[in-house]
Amino acid sequence: MENQTPLLEIKGLKTYFFLDEGIVKAVEGADITVPRKSTVGIVGESGCGKTVTAYSILQLIERPGRIESGQILWRRAPENGPEEVIDLATLKPNSRAMRQIRGGEIAMIFQEPLTSLSPVHTVGDQITEAIRLHRPVSAAEAREQAIQMLHRVGIPKPEQRIDTYPFQLSGGMRQRAMIALSLSCHPKLLIADEPTTALDVTTQAQILELMLELQNDFDMSILLITHNLGVVAETCDRVAVMYLGEVVEQADTASLFNEPKHPYTQALMRSIPILGQRNRGRLDPIKGMVPDPYNRPKGCAFHPRCTQRIAGLCDQKSPLLQTLPGSDRAVRCWLYGE
Amino acid sequence: MLSFIFRRILAMIPTLFLASIVAFVIIQLPPGDFATSYMANLAAMGDTVSQDTLENLREAYGLDQPVMIQYYKWITGIIFRGDYGLSFEHREPVSSLIWDRIWLTMWLSLVSVLLTWIIAFPIGIYSAVKQYSAGDYIFTLIGFIGVSVPAFLVALVLMYLQFKYLGQTTSGLFSDEYISAAWSWARVKDLLAHLWLPALILGLSGTAELIRILRANLLDELRRPYVITARAKGLPEWKAILKYPVRLALNPFVSTLGWILPGLISGSIILSQVMNLPTTGPLLLRSLQSQDMYLAGSMILVLSVATVLGTFVSDILLALLDPRIRYQ
Ligand SMILES: Nc1ncnc2c1ncn2[C@@H]1O[C@H](COP(=O)(O)OP(=O)(O)OP(=O)(O)O)[C@@H](O)[C@H]1O
Ligand code: SF4
Ligand SMILES: [Mg+2]
Repeated sequence: MENQTPLLEIKGLKTYFFLDEGIVKAVEGADITVPRKSTVGIVGESGCGKTVTAYSILQLIERPGRIESGQILWRRAPENGPEEVIDLATLKPNSRAMRQIRGGEIAMIFQEPLTSLSPVHTVGDQITEAIRLHRPVSAAEAREQAIQMLHRVGIPKPEQRIDTYPFQLSGGMRQRAMIALSLSCHPKLLIADEPTTALDVTTQAQILELMLELQNDFDMSILLITHNLGVVAETCDRVAVMYLGEVVEQADTASLFNEPKHPYTQALMRSIPILGQRNRGRLDPIKGMVPDPYNRPKGCAFHPRCTQRIAGLCDQKSPLLQTLPGSDRAVRCWLYGE
Repeated sequence: MLSFIFRRILAMIPTLFLASIVAFVIIQLPPGDFATSYMANLAAMGDTVSQDTLENLREAYGLDQPVMIQYYKWITGIIFRGDYGLSFEHREPVSSLIWDRIWLTMWLSLVSVLLTWIIAFPIGIYSAVKQYSAGDYIFTLIGFIGVSVPAFLVALVLMYLQFKYLGQTTSGLFSDEYISAAWSWARVKDLLAHLWLPALILGLSGTAELIRILRANLLDELRRPYVITARAKGLPEWKAILKYPVRLALNPFVSTLGWILPGLISGSIILSQVMNLPTTGPLLLRSLQSQDMYLAGSMILVLSVATVLGTFVSDILLALLDPRIRYQ
């Protein structure tokens, strides 16, 4: 019997930064569900809170930032024993419980593989360190596992490459090394924050393919943050769309692309060319500016830019994220009922 | 790495050559040749030298010959025989005058650098990791004082306090009974007991400077993505910080080796006068005043060589610390 409960459920997450100039409400209501063995995309304009959401999951938010409220439910199933649910939002950032999950159960890769790896430690040093943190193995065994992992992510001559420094590898190889590092302890969830943005198109495709392959092998889920709707269409099972710190729509990929519900999602679809799909007509940039994060608009955060806003309602009351009847999609918009 | 060291050594040769030229020019600066000045100097003190001695001197240092040959005789004398010429003020070979002082200066520098490191390392890390905390502000304030108050003033105050409350004086680097004793374990211990205070005072402004640099560097490094990677793999916070950003912020520590020596030579003259330290500073000053040029030139030569070597060692350490330098 397959386990149907979601691996990760983020509910009503709010993460704020308390600056002298005011409070930046970077995440102001994120609801994201990640089923087991699936790929979930987070999309949205720059600054909408994708990275902050991802960092919140691993409690990587630093002062003056803080998770203000919400739950991050992580379901872990030990080999033998009942399923456990942990609310990551309640763990202390540097606590033993949190550190066990970081790297061991949930791993992360980043946009810039060169700066995400230490320039003065060898690739092998950085990978074996992660292995030995989470597994009771000797240095020699850890090295052996690291070599296997490098081999698995497609790095040629891993016995030699393990002793090189990141700056001696090409961009694509670096991201492969980063993937080897993050998957070295076989996590159940991989959070990838724009993992291919810094790479050329061919390498992008290779890295994405590799990630999907490894997902299959390791039975893990992927939370993929990206600007690129084409990437989402090709790789993700589900998508969460974020606007100004809120998840405004969540749906399976096919439904979202065929029938975007939220006016922001619709605008996003019109503004971005989609890979493999002929441009029907002109591209249509979203009108207006993203409001500055100190002064969120009253009511629906999108209303100053929305072409379908309902005067007297949208600029007064915030809509809630609501599941549409008879589907597993959810939308945060007054157009879809109370 | 070996080829890096080799290239560094090759690069050192022209610098050393240049240093020797500078020292030689300094020796040549006063009018008249050395033998004449020597004679004049002795005459002024009511002494005479025989014509023979003068001729021997002229012969030994090639004073009648072209400058090139004089330089050749001078430098080969130093390299192959350790002969640095004569000090006419002290009427002794320079080599018997300077080495004790040079060693003491080096010791003082070394202890001073070590103290600087030991103090600056934890404070710099603390100030960066706990930026804008009360502790950070306090250390920054102390740092400002450390940079702006001259070392000799601190020395005077500390010597006064020490005299008043402990009834001892720290003057010189040895207790009376060891001043001209032969080197022994007891003498070394006596030296260390005297050395730490001047070393501390000497290192004061350097320490403040180093804390400032380490704090700024570390603040930069703490923001880099690899720190997040380190945390995201599950490392404890202290380990993530010490192994990664601190390691990358360490370069200025190693660089101190290179610049601390020249700083000490010039900076320590006043302090050495105040604390009566037998270092090179006062001797160099005196030799320049009395135009005792072989002495002055030799000290400048030895100290420049020491500085070049210090830079060499710090370059090697930097390369060990940072592979990006090694593989460039
Ligand atoms: N350390 C911080 N201090 C203050 N504000 C922050 C901090 N980190 C993020 N923010 C703010 O939080 C908001 C969301 O940022 P976030 O990095 O999550 O955006 P993003 O969706 O990942 O954007 P991008 O696509 O450009 O990566 C932004 O307004 C940003 O200015
Ligand atoms: S709630 Fe109103 S303003 Fe907001 S997206 Fe829906 S229609 Fe537009
Ligand atoms: Mg981001």
